[in-house]
Amino acid sequence: MNVKYFYSFLAVLVLALIAWVGCDLLGLQVLFGVILPYIAVVVFLVGFFLRMMDWARSTVPFQIPTTAGQAKSLPWIKFNAIDSPFTTGGVVARMFFEVVTFRSLFRNTRMRVNPDGRISYDIELWLWLFALAFHYTFFVVILRHARFFLEPLPLPFEILEKIDTFVQIGQPVISMSSFALLGTVLFLFVRRVYLPNIRMISLASDFFPLFLIFGIVFTGIFMRYFAKIDVTAAKELTYGLVSFNLPSLAKMQGIGSIFYIHVFFVSVLLVYFPWSKLMHMGGIFLSPTRNMANNTRAVRHVNPWNYPVNVHTYEEYEDDFREKMIEAGLPVDKKE
Amino acid sequence: MNDKGKIIAGIIIFFVVATFPFWFNMFVEKTPAPELVLTAKAQAAKVCVRDTAFMKANHMQLLDEWRDTVVRKAERIYVNAEGKEFNMSLSNTCLDCHSNKAEFCDRCHQYASIEPYCWDCHIDNPKETK
Repeated sequence: MNVKYFYSFLAVLVLALIAWVGCDLLGLQVLFGVILPYIAVVVFLVGFFLRMMDWARSTVPFQIPTTAGQAKSLPWIKFNAIDSPFTTGGVVARMFFEVVTFRSLFRNTRMRVNPDGRISYDIELWLWLFALAFHYTFFVVILRHARFFLEPLPLPFEILEKIDTFVQIGQPVISMSSFALLGTVLFLFVRRVYLPNIRMISLASDFFPLFLIFGIVFTGIFMRYFAKIDVTAAKELTYGLVSFNLPSLAKMQGIGSIFYIHVFFVSVLLVYFPWSKLMHMGGIFLSPTRNMANNTRAVRHVNPWNYPVNVHTYEEYEDDFREKMIEAGLPVDKKE
Repeated sequence: MNDKGKIIAGIIIFFVVATFPFWFNMFVEKTPAPELVLTAKAQAAKVCVRDTAFMKANHMQLLDEWRDTVVRKAERIYVNAEGKEFNMSLSNTCLDCHSNKAEFCDRCHQYASIEPYCWDCHIDNPKETK
């Protein structure tokens, strides 16, 4: 048993227990359904801002874009405008595809030693595929939750809901994104446990968010399809939160505790977010290896750490020694 | 980095998107929680097929089970815990009491932004007023 994932798993289990005891036994629905979510949103926004500003203040001493293509040099040599961007436009395009399609992950390779002792590098796309699926399904799931916060629901959200549930299995109809998300979270977890080298470098801070997200998805699916809750009452609370018009305590108590466990998990995720590796959401935009142009031969990058250096230029040198240089017959740029 | 302006602009855009539900609801008229109207017949019956709490949360699953039982096994009688028998039919049993679809079914469905495909077919019942 690996301590890192065992403690993370235990932590998530304890969180669920806290919410369950709090709501089912102590009747603290207001705490778990109203106060903590509000605190979580504020902590998320403030924390997100602070972390981003911390990075914004950081020095970038060197121009260090990682390149994956021919740099711009002589006019007849074709250069790669996206993988080795020369202009801001190229950087924007590169960053866009990085964020939207995870191109860096697409280049993932796995080294292996062949029986004859030779080393080969194989293309390894599973992580890219599941990471992409994970992020997109998570995004869709978040967007689908708009129906709990908006009234009336704008058309794009309705269309998304229609597409996501078009298989029309069961009642309430299965939304594909939820189950795809559950599957991808499981994959990302199994990958960390199953591959020895990945297990070696995995920390508790890698497992905890995975378990937490798994908990969120699991409780979400569980209350939609199995341990049913009163959806109208749930929406009264969630809609009340964002429109500052909360329902009565009796109504809040009418929603099953599974709902509050779900909400508590989400609150914990929001509070945890800015102080964890999940900040790659904002951090990816500030990666110097991705957001800088490969134009060091054309544009000088000044290191802000540079202290002012007193230099003695050639012109000044010539001014000092001009007459002696002319006397000695040395060539000079300026002849009085 | 000397890109603070751009970074702050990006953060502001993100915050505006992230807090969308808060300001969206400020511009849109607030919707009160749906209030259901029970018909005289429903009030007289007092109890639905199952208790109210169960029906609130599970009616869709019950209807789904009913549909499968009727269509696949041709069994039309549902017996609840009290031993009362019901004809498993949305149109003839449910909508018999709850004949006011607009004030009963639709209010919650609309509030929760759900469009059940039940109504794709069960719409021609004369007992149901749309």
